[in-house]
Amino acid sequence: MTDTVLYLAHTEADGSLSRASLEALTVAQTTAAGLHVSLVVGLFGGDVCDAAASVGGCGASRFFAVAGADFASPRYASDAAAAEAIARATDATIVVAAHTSRLARVLAGVAFRLNGCIDTHVSAVDSSDGSIAVARWFYRQRIEGMARRTQRPWFLVIDPGVATAYVGPSVDIEPETITVLVPSTRTQTVGLREASAAEQTIRPDAALLFVAGAGWTRKQKDGQTHTEEAEQLILGFLGATGASLGSTKSLTDIAGEGLAVLHCLSHMNQVGQTGSTPRHPKGLSACCHGEEPHVVGWRFIRERRAVNLDANCGWARGKADVLYVADAFEVMRQLNGLLRARETSSRGDRQPIYSNAS
Amino acid sequence: MHIVVCGGIVPDPLQTLEPVATAAGPGLKNELLLPAILDPWAGCALHEAAHLAKQCEGSRVWLVSLGPKAKLQQVMMSLAQKAPFELVALDGPAHGFTDAHETAALLAEAIVSIQGLDRGRLLLFGGWESASRGQGVTLQMVGERLGIADQFQGVDRITLRDDGSFEVMERVEGGRHLVSWCTGPPALLGWATGERAEPRNDPQMGMKNMRTIMPALQKATPVSLAAEGLSYHDVRLPLQQRQTRIVKDMPPAEIALEIFDWIAND
Ligand SMILES: Cc1cc2nc3c(=O)[nH]c(=O)nc-3n(C[C@H](O)[C@H](O)[C@H](O)COP(=O)(O)OP(=O)(O)OC[C@H]3O[C@@H](n4cnc5c(N)ncnc54)[C@H](O)[C@@H]3O)c2cc1C
Repeated sequence: MTDTVLYLAHTEADGSLSRASLEALTVAQTTAAGLHVSLVVGLFGGDVCDAAASVGGCGASRFFAVAGADFASPRYASDAAAAEAIARATDATIVVAAHTSRLARVLAGVAFRLNGCIDTHVSAVDSSDGSIAVARWFYRQRIEGMARRTQRPWFLVIDPGVATAYVGPSVDIEPETITVLVPSTRTQTVGLREASAAEQTIRPDAALLFVAGAGWTRKQKDGQTHTEEAEQLILGFLGATGASLGSTKSLTDIAGEGLAVLHCLSHMNQVGQTGSTPRHPKGLSACCHGEEPHVVGWRFIRERRAVNLDANCGWARGKADVLYVADAFEVMRQLNGLLRARETSSRGDRQPIYSNAS
Repeated sequence: MHIVVCGGIVPDPLQTLEPVATAAGPGLKNELLLPAILDPWAGCALHEAAHLAKQCEGSRVWLVSLGPKAKLQQVMMSLAQKAPFELVALDGPAHGFTDAHETAALLAEAIVSIQGLDRGRLLLFGGWESASRGQGVTLQMVGERLGIADQFQGVDRITLRDDGSFEVMERVEGGRHLVSWCTGPPALLGWATGERAEPRNDPQMGMKNMRTIMPALQKATPVSLAAEGLSYHDVRLPLQQRQTRIVKDMPPAEIALEIFDWIAND
C-alpha cells in the first residue's frame, strides 16, 4: 500500500497555527519526502482560512478543512469527530500532528476509531530508508529508543521543540471542506483560567529556566527561615531576566500545605517525574538538591548550572555543567544587583536581558 | 457515583533503570527485583477518587491494575493503607515497552465485567500519562471502547454540583487550565497532580482493604500481550553525562558575575 502522509493541525484562538504545529509540519514534510509519497494537510478550528494560507506553500497536494463555531474550542467529542473525518477523507496511513494539549486529548481515541495505532511524545521520525521509525523516551526521559509499527494508520504526535518551525510564503488556498455533524456532547467548554492570580511565571519561550528548590524555605545559617526575602529575590530575578519559573516537588508541596513562599507558584511550575519537562536552552537551579526524579525533567535543558550549599548534592554527579557550592541567598542578591545595574546603565531601557529562545 | 481508576505499577523513580534485551523485546535489568509503586499520576487519581467517593454517599471505587501478580501484591500492601478501594487485578507484563493498544483492550474488558458497576454512573479515572510508557493514550482508548465521549486529560480539579454536573480543569499550554462543564457521568478523567496530598497510612483501612484485595489478587486473570506489529531498536540510556565543574570557595560576587555573563551570553 502506498503511504499518504497527513499533516493534521488545529488553529489557535486567533486563527493561526502554533509554533508546535508549524514544527510538526516540518516533520510531516521530511517524512513524506523520505517515503517519496504525497503530503496532504488537514486543518480544523473555528476559521481555518488564515492558517491554510500560512501553510499554503508547504508542497501539500491537497488541503482539507473542518471549520465552524463547533470546532473553535477544544472539546473531546467535537475535536475527535473533526480529526476522524479528516483522517478518513484523506485515507492517510501516516498522520503527523503536534503534541498540543488539544490533540493529545483526542488522537489516541481517533486512532482507535480508525483501527490504527499511535505514538506520542515523538522526538524524531526517521524515514531515510523509505520506512518509518520513530524515536521516543521511556520511563520519563530515562531511556530512549526507536519504534516501528506495521499497523496503519499510524498517528505520530510530535513533541514541541524537536524540529524547526515551517516558514513559507502565504498562499491563498481554498481547502476542501468536510462537513462533520457534531456528535451530541454533554460537555461545554468555558474557557481558560490562569493557574495563579499573580503574574504568569511559566514562560515556555524563555531562554532560561530558573528552578527554585525547597531550600529557599529551609532554616538558614542564622537558624531562621527567610521566605519573604526568597520570594523577592526570585521574583526580582524573573523580572530582570524574563526567565521561566520551575520548581521542585518539595517546594510545590509546601506551597500546597498553605505555607506558600511564592504566590506565583503552583504545582504547574513543578519540573520532573510528576511535573513538566520543559525545553529551554539554559537552566539555573538554586536551593534544589538535584535528585533524579527532579532532574529527569531537565532532559531538554541544554546548559545547566546549579547553586547549592552541598557539594555532594545530585547536581555534582554529572547532572549539571557547573555546580556553585554557595549560599543562594548571597549569590542571588549579588546577581540581582548586577541585573539592576545593567538595567540602569541602559538608561531606562527596561527590556529583559533577553526574553525569547532563539 | 461509581469510580473506576486504571493504574499500573512502575519502578520507584528513585531507582536507576537500565534497559536489557529479552526474548520478548526490551525490558529492564533486574525488573522483578526493582521496588515498585503505583504509577504516580494514577495514584493522584486514586486519591481524588477516594475524596469524591467520600462526598457522595453510596459511591464505590475500583482500582483496575495490570501487572505481574507478585509485584501487584507488594504495591497493594502499602496502597491499601491510603484509600478504600476494590481491586480488579490482571496478571501480566507491565512496563515501558508493552503496547498501550493491547493494554487498553484488556482494561476495558476487565471494566465491563465488574459486577455491580453501573456504567451510567461511571467516572473512569487514571493518570494522564504513565511513568513507564508515558504515552498518555491508554485511557482514551479504554474510554472509546466503553463509548465514553466526554473525556478530559491533565485534570487538576473536578468540582461537583448538586445537580450531578461538574466542572473540570485540565492543564493546557503556558501554565493555564482549560475549564469545561459536563452534565454528569459517564465521563473519563486522566489526572495530573490534582489537589490532594498523599494520604497518611491508615493501618486499619489497610487491613480492611486487604480482606478483599488478597482474594482479588488470587483470582487475577492471567493475560499475555503479543505486541504484534510493534518492534523496537536502539533502546538505550541517553549518552549525555556531564563533566560537572564543582566551584567551591568562590566569593558570591564572583559567582554572580559568572552567572550574569553566562545568561547574557547567547
Ligand atoms: C513518585 C515520585 C515522584 C516525584 N516527582 C518529582 C517531580 O516531578 N519533581 C521534583 O522536583 N521532585 C519529585 N520527586 C521528589 C524528589 O525525589 C525530591 O524529593 C525533590 O526533588 C527534592 O526537592 P528539593 O531539592 O527542592 O528539596 P530538598 O531535597 O529538601 O533539597 C533542598 C536543597 O536546598 C539546599 N539549600 C538549602 N539552603 C540553601 C541555600 N541557602 N543556598 C543553596 N542551597 C541551599 C540544600 O543543600 C538541599 O540540597 C518525586 C518523588 C517521588 C517518590
